[in-house]
Amino acid sequence: MKTGTTPVAAGQQATPAAEPGAGNGRTRFAQRLWVVREIGIAAALGLLVLVTAIDSPGFLSAPSIRDVLLGASILVILAVGQTVVIVSRNIDLSVGSVLGLVAFATGKLFLAAPGTPIVLAILAGIGLGAVCGAINGVLVAAARVPALVITLGMLYVYRGVDHLWAKGQQINAADMPASFLSMGTSTLLGIPVLALIALAVVLVAGTYLHSYRSGRELYAIGSEPSAARLSGIPVGRRVFGAFVVCGGMAGLAGALYAARYGTIDATVGTGLELEVVAAAVVGGVAIFGGSGSVYGAALGALLLTTIGTSLAVLRIDPFWQQAVVGGLILAAIGLDRLLALRVANRLKGRSSHGA
Amino acid sequence: MKHFNLEAALDSDVAPLLKVRDVAKSFGAVAAVRGVSFGLYGGEAHALVGENGAGKSTIVKMLAGVHQPDAGAITIDGADVTLGGPAEAQAAGIAVIYQEPTLFPDLSVAENIFMGRQPRSRFGRIDHAAMKAATKRLFDRLGVRIDPDRPARGLSIADQQLVEIAKALSTDARILVMDEPTAALSGVEVERLFAVARTLCGQGAAVLFISHRFDEVFSLCQRVTVMRDGVWVATEPVADLTVDTLVRYMVGRDVSALYPKEDVEPGDVVLEVDGLSRHGVFERVGFSVRHGEIVALAGLVGAGRSEVVRAVFGIDRYDDGEVRVNGKRLPNGSPRAAMAAGIALVPEDRRQQGLVMELSIERNATLTRLGTLTRLGMLTGHGERNAAGDWAERLRVKYERLSDAVSTLSGGNQQKVVLAKWLATAPTVLIVDEPTRGIDVGTKAEVHRLLSGLAAQGVAVVMVSSELPEVLGMADRVLVMHEGRITAELDRDDATEEAVMFAATGEEAVA
Repeated sequence: MKTGTTPVAAGQQATPAAEPGAGNGRTRFAQRLWVVREIGIAAALGLLVLVTAIDSPGFLSAPSIRDVLLGASILVILAVGQTVVIVSRNIDLSVGSVLGLVAFATGKLFLAAPGTPIVLAILAGIGLGAVCGAINGVLVAAARVPALVITLGMLYVYRGVDHLWAKGQQINAADMPASFLSMGTSTLLGIPVLALIALAVVLVAGTYLHSYRSGRELYAIGSEPSAARLSGIPVGRRVFGAFVVCGGMAGLAGALYAARYGTIDATVGTGLELEVVAAAVVGGVAIFGGSGSVYGAALGALLLTTIGTSLAVLRIDPFWQQAVVGGLILAAIGLDRLLALRVANRLKGRSSHGA
Repeated sequence: MKHFNLEAALDSDVAPLLKVRDVAKSFGAVAAVRGVSFGLYGGEAHALVGENGAGKSTIVKMLAGVHQPDAGAITIDGADVTLGGPAEAQAAGIAVIYQEPTLFPDLSVAENIFMGRQPRSRFGRIDHAAMKAATKRLFDRLGVRIDPDRPARGLSIADQQLVEIAKALSTDARILVMDEPTAALSGVEVERLFAVARTLCGQGAAVLFISHRFDEVFSLCQRVTVMRDGVWVATEPVADLTVDTLVRYMVGRDVSALYPKEDVEPGDVVLEVDGLSRHGVFERVGFSVRHGEIVALAGLVGAGRSEVVRAVFGIDRYDDGEVRVNGKRLPNGSPRAAMAAGIALVPEDRRQQGLVMELSIERNATLTRLGTLTRLGMLTGHGERNAAGDWAERLRVKYERLSDAVSTLSGGNQQKVVLAKWLATAPTVLIVDEPTRGIDVGTKAEVHRLLSGLAAQGVAVVMVSSELPEVLGMADRVLVMHEGRITAELDRDDATEEAVMFAATGEEAVA
């Protein structure tokens, strides 16, 4: 085939052909179902808020909403990073430990150099997290061992380093500059700064995954790794990149954690990784990769946080909270399976010749 | 369209577009390819044929950049190239359509086609609208209607193949490699694919075409390269070849008879199927098979033949009717009972239903015997391993170690392992569903000889086959199905191509 005769060359001129109406009905339905994933979670969230608000109208007050958003921000950022890894059919269980390590490191940084600019401290946190992520990525790519196993190991390694470094030391709010701490609670136009940062992260990651080649390649890898290799996608490099991003997000979350809570010891973020994975799964990110979005994951994180607050407001035994979260995860997976089956049935029998 | 002038190309000093020179590749102790050379000229459609395991797929993978040759070189435009990976092969202008579709089920059809090469607008963002439009144009060119926005999950095999073809077309390729692209396509689709291939050749591209269907090779290609056991045998213009010489090149001996049917005097009735019905699938299907008899179930794809044998074996349940073996009624929907009664089923789709791809050859071959083992209570594990090796030997399976995963074998050899698995149970009724689909002519003859030999030993054989020559050559009796019913029962002497086709299409022409 000679250059110029190929249809690809025409790719630049965007002239979407007119839609033929009839034959696409079923497919449209299928697509709508995928969109519904995010809408479904949003609806669940809305329902929860509604029920809670009916019981205690104070739940919808500005301070209360601010609290929920503030509480969800760090989880949202972590869930975004996790989603980038999960869509590529991997998982990062070390994010809780990385968050803890970075939070402690941020405190130490301010102890050593109290005059450090806030932006620099946050960038340093992202950098340290990215280094942790890079170590995970190299091990996953090189060892050809499932990421689940590697990052489970690294969960303990990073936590161990944290303990070794801290030696029981606790960093307190007094050790950090007031301007840094105030960032953890301050608002801009009534919206917590932390929530704005999380929103920015979601939008950037969402655009990247949807509209950039390397982002789409992550989905391709997660959907069918062997086909990805045959398509010439640099699988190792992309997966490595995903782990670096996830680590970086955990680093950012760690620095913000330090700002928000002010009190840091070596146990910060313990067990957080499962909450993060839960947020992504509830948000419709397929645990075996290939589908799901950061928007869904962010909504999942928001939903999990809201449940915590709602149950408290509704004076429901906090012991129930975990059971509710568990039920939600099962419901999300069940819904996922149901939708997959229905979509498969809808799409089956459609051939290139059918009308 | 200007036609490729073979003589002119061969006589001139023009270097071939692509040249494979003395390449060799080994996997462990198995030498897959040794010293193979051939050239592809621009404008030429070149067939690569050979039995399963002859090394064709290894050549394809070297051209695709998946494997690198241990020795020898690949030359494009007269310069040696190193194809270190699929991306490098793509950059060198080589597009490959693989035997097994390699799609991303979660992504849209358009994304599948343009993955890694998506049209981009400002700031490097993917231009989804342009991608969709380009996909539509590709499909228009291929004359297919697939929605670019639908996910690839749920596409039929034929449609998946068409998406693969569209993908290859979109890559600006000068060298198009097609590894058995037609296996799942209908006649019309094959013709369309060939039309596209001819257009590409007319534009100066080279096509390397791998197929087991000789009629396709003869209609599309100008030259043929034949491989046998990893070695180059011949490269000749198609015009100088007949099917007979081609087959002789491939197997290295005369295939005296592709259908070595022995005459056997049938014994007593073993399998009786009576009024078997399943709503909307098949209706009042009845037949009987005797010891030593080969009964073929012929018909078009979708006539319900596979469904009937699956119901007989108990994989699917039936609504009405009964199945008897030696006069004893089999319970509905119990493969275990069917196996205990001596029935074996070699399924159509060996990858999904016949084999556990990750398990070793010996494990796969003895899977069915675990039951036999406990029933007879006297076979040792050692004996089983020997039996697996024994059958692998008898069926001439090519493998390195019995402990290798089945997925490492070629298609024909996988089929042999499926056969070994079921033959090891020493069945009295053997049901084979498309026993030779997608396997080469030499292996085909071996499978046929085997079936014939089993019948001679008194096994009752039920063979579902869509290949008319196979049906006519092998069967003592032919049952023809059309839309879930048996429309004709023909004795060996009455079974002609016309009679079977008439019954298969539902025309009442059988006297």
